[in-house]
Amino acid sequence: MDASRCILTREMETIPNLTDIDIYIQHGGYQTVEKALKMMKPEEVVKAVTDSGLKGRGGAGFPTGRKWSLLANRFPRYLCCNADESEPASFKDRKLLEGNPHRVIEGMILTSYANGINLGYIYIRGEFFQIIEQMDRAFAQAYERGYLGKNILGTGFDLDLYTHPGAGAYICGEETGLIESLEGNRPYPRLKPPYFPAAIGLWQAPTIVNNVETMADVALVVEHGADWFKGFGTEDSTGSRLFGLCGHVKKPGLYELESTITLRSLIYDVGGGVRGDKKLKAVIPGGISAPVLTPDELDVTMEFGEMAKAGTMGGTGGVVVMDETVCMVDALLNISMFARHESCGQCTPCREGMPWINDMLRRIEQGHGRQEDIDLLLDVCFNIEGRTVCVFGQAPGVWPTRSFIVKYLPEFQAHIEQHKCVVLPVEESYLRKENVEMLGVGVFRAKNS
Amino acid sequence: MTLEFSPEARQRAETIIRRYPPQYKKAAVIPLLHLAQEEWGYISAEAMAYVATLIEAPPVKVAEVATFYPMFNKEPIGKYEIQVCHTLPCALTGCGRIVKHLCEKLNIQVGQTTPDRRFTLKKVECLAACDRGPVMLVNKTLYTNLTLEQVDDILNGLE
Ligand SMILES: Cc1cc2nc3c(=O)[nH]c(=O)nc-3n(C[C@H](O)[C@H](O)[C@H](O)COP(=O)(O)O)c2cc1C
Ligand code: FES
Repeated sequence: MDASRCILTREMETIPNLTDIDIYIQHGGYQTVEKALKMMKPEEVVKAVTDSGLKGRGGAGFPTGRKWSLLANRFPRYLCCNADESEPASFKDRKLLEGNPHRVIEGMILTSYANGINLGYIYIRGEFFQIIEQMDRAFAQAYERGYLGKNILGTGFDLDLYTHPGAGAYICGEETGLIESLEGNRPYPRLKPPYFPAAIGLWQAPTIVNNVETMADVALVVEHGADWFKGFGTEDSTGSRLFGLCGHVKKPGLYELESTITLRSLIYDVGGGVRGDKKLKAVIPGGISAPVLTPDELDVTMEFGEMAKAGTMGGTGGVVVMDETVCMVDALLNISMFARHESCGQCTPCREGMPWINDMLRRIEQGHGRQEDIDLLLDVCFNIEGRTVCVFGQAPGVWPTRSFIVKYLPEFQAHIEQHKCVVLPVEESYLRKENVEMLGVGVFRAKNS
Repeated sequence: MTLEFSPEARQRAETIIRRYPPQYKKAAVIPLLHLAQEEWGYISAEAMAYVATLIEAPPVKVAEVATFYPMFNKEPIGKYEIQVCHTLPCALTGCGRIVKHLCEKLNIQVGQTTPDRRFTLKKVECLAACDRGPVMLVNKTLYTNLTLEQVDDILNGLE
């Protein structure tokens, strides 16, 4: 690992008062804005980002350059930087905004310039009180220094950027929910198609929604070039990413790494291993919505593609480590509580499905589960998946539920058979890889369809 | 309608509204509701109606939004709003103990306000500080890596 790549975190950790624009400029900040606006055409910025292979850091891993190239050819266009960060186990955007707000603003300016945008917002979750205030100050400083406003640096390019607060709803992280929320409506996600933000977004105009970390990476790409960015990571996952470690790990925190690192190495070498040297039981690798992995499945790299091959997802890069003391039914019950609370209630499968899953899991956890409950849970999952307006139903709903049940089936069965909470020893708690495949979800699906 | 912002809040409201294109004033509803909650502590029907006048929308439009978002209190709460994160990463690091301790110390259940109206205790979903769990918000301040002793110190430090 080349330490020189850890720019985002190194800047934050080694430069005091980086949140002040003067300090930021002293360390080379905003030079990319000078460079791009004065020396590059907008298309050249788009090309650099496309060539860099940068994939969105908001969860879906969609190539950023491609997203930009899909913008409908109409004006005005808008930018929404997604700082809703509500996916449990993700705290990278908070750290980035707390420590390095101008990097994000730089990325937003570059993105706007590249895409012919003159007005943008950063949608920040409402609980980030201090961050919103700090971001307002940072924008004000950027206006004072002439990096925002009319005729930026005398180039004729106009741009206004503002903060917009959320108010405690996870669904506002979903890009069309975010747009509805920004417009002043309930954040009910829109149907896609036709409402892809790039086609019909904020106020019906073509809109880019990008994550905070993606914006910071755009600034890095323009600063150092696409080749430099591609020099890190792999072809599938270029650059480095901010990974978060939390749960039962010795050194929880945020780490900027290339995606070539394996999940095992991330937990044991970077994170120092399991707290109290207990046995490892389960890992959620990319935010709470990502399907769970057993201790047998950790020799997979953090690349988006490899994660997908392993049946899970790179997601937001937030890793939850669970040791042998954790009851898997209880852990899933917690996740289902979250899903129940955060379902926006717009569409029936999700609004009704989440409470069902939650209630059944509570029943099993409390020892009143019935044999048929496991099939019933999977059946509910089947009836949610693909039948909802947005991915929420799957994300914190179906994916964790199905993966926990299929992989930790013995523990769920033990709860039902013994009519009480039983935390099985790690060796017995989960199915080995071969069995998982045999038990593939397809079996349940076939039965249910 | 009797409610109206103080002159300072009124000024802030105008700054907020100017952030959005004039034909899309409605976009200011969430920031204005936050402002209203700062002014009056909670969002009453009168507050909703007042915000509606500022953004030139029917009151029901504001009500639709105000009733959806968990951060808007529909009734008065205590002077200090304590919100403990109870999502999985914090649960793994012991938020349960923190909640239990607070319930015992304040002698209320989650969701309740103490009779002297000083404290309201709530559970919230992930606050994006999962590496420093357990965590809680007291009004606008985030406290991390909590121990029971720290919780006592924090509460004792509040006037
Ligand atoms: C239920 C749900 C919640 C989401 N929450 C967030 C979030 O908090 N932050 C975020 O950046 N993206 C979130 N996303 C992904 C966004 O929809 C969108 O893909 C992302 O902001 C695009 O940015 P990117 O291309 O830079 O990754 C969420 C998606 C779903 C389905
Ligand atoms: S789970 Fe508590 S802050 Fe994320």
